Amino acid sequence: MDRKAMAAAFPATVPVLLGYLAIGMAFGFMLEAIGYNFIWAFFMSLTVYAGSGQYLGVTMLASAAALGEVAFLTLIINFRHLVYGLSMLEKFRGMGLRKLYMIFSLTDETYALLASARAPVGIDPRNYYFSIALLDHSYWILGSVIGAMLGAALPINTQGIDFAMTALFIVIAVGQWESYKSHLPAVLGAGAALLFLILVGQEQMLLPALAVIVAGLMALRSRLDEGEPEEKEAEV
Amino acid sequence: MSRFGYAAAAIAVMAAVTFLTRALPFLLFDRGERPPQLVLYLGRVLPPAVIAMLIVYCLRTVRFTAPGLWLPQLISVAAVIALHLWKHNNLISIFGGTLLYMFLVQTVFV
Repeated sequence: MDRKAMAAAFPATVPVLLGYLAIGMAFGFMLEAIGYNFIWAFFMSLTVYAGSGQYLGVTMLASAAALGEVAFLTLIINFRHLVYGLSMLEKFRGMGLRKLYMIFSLTDETYALLASARAPVGIDPRNYYFSIALLDHSYWILGSVIGAMLGAALPINTQGIDFAMTALFIVIAVGQWESYKSHLPAVLGAGAALLFLILVGQEQMLLPALAVIVAGLMALRSRLDEGEPEEKEAEV
Repeated sequence: MSRFGYAAAAIAVMAAVTFLTRALPFLLFDRGERPPQLVLYLGRVLPPAVIAMLIVYCLRTVRFTAPGLWLPQLISVAAVIALHLWKHNNLISIFGGTLLYMFLVQTVFV
């Protein structure tokens, strides 16, 4: 472990420290509320490590969703990671085995930090990137464990806490609304979801909605495809 | 399957699929060639569409048969949007909206 790189990376990660502690704690709280204690929070945050994915995971665990549905929902909610990877191909090159960990830990926040990260003079960039990824992951685990423990210790009525997930998506959507030139994709997404919620009901709405969204976006390509991507806003 | 056995399996599936979505670009395009334009295009326009879809999905249990089944959601969604347009602070928006929603469903619309 390169301690100098770790020390240099820490200040850059402070915003994520605050964010992950808070969002991680809310996750731990929700998980505890459906009957899984801090040990579950620890392992879920250690192995899955995805903010919105784990929030959705709580809902799926609570409703004992079929494993196929778990796989499908996890896939679509994490689909945006595809974009992140595409812009990290260069940066992760030559990192050896640590590259596997860099790929595993490429969350929205770590992506946002890495996208703009410049290693200070005298610090090996690869150690610097790795330190950022490792620190962020540890904040997330810490936050979720604290949240689950607090949830178990405090006699708080947690009814309605699952709204945190809705709020998280709305925050992401507002950021996208402001940074994207065209609002057509967002309108198409909401419209398709509403349509199939009414047509086939809440259990089966996602798959047909997603199919229509992909087909619609491909049909609209001549209108929407404007070449190079815009600067993306950091997401939760 | 026991409840905890199921949970362990579900978490393993989530972990595997999440890793797959992160690894896919590296598996497909890490040999120097540029990804197809269609992939780049979808990678750009899909995220806002998927997030909008998921918001609708999150609100799928809304019913208009009683005020308590839609008004708390409407008020809290509006609050999150307003807070975020105003402060642009993820934490304030998420926690403000969630606390408001918890307050509404626990005390106002019981």
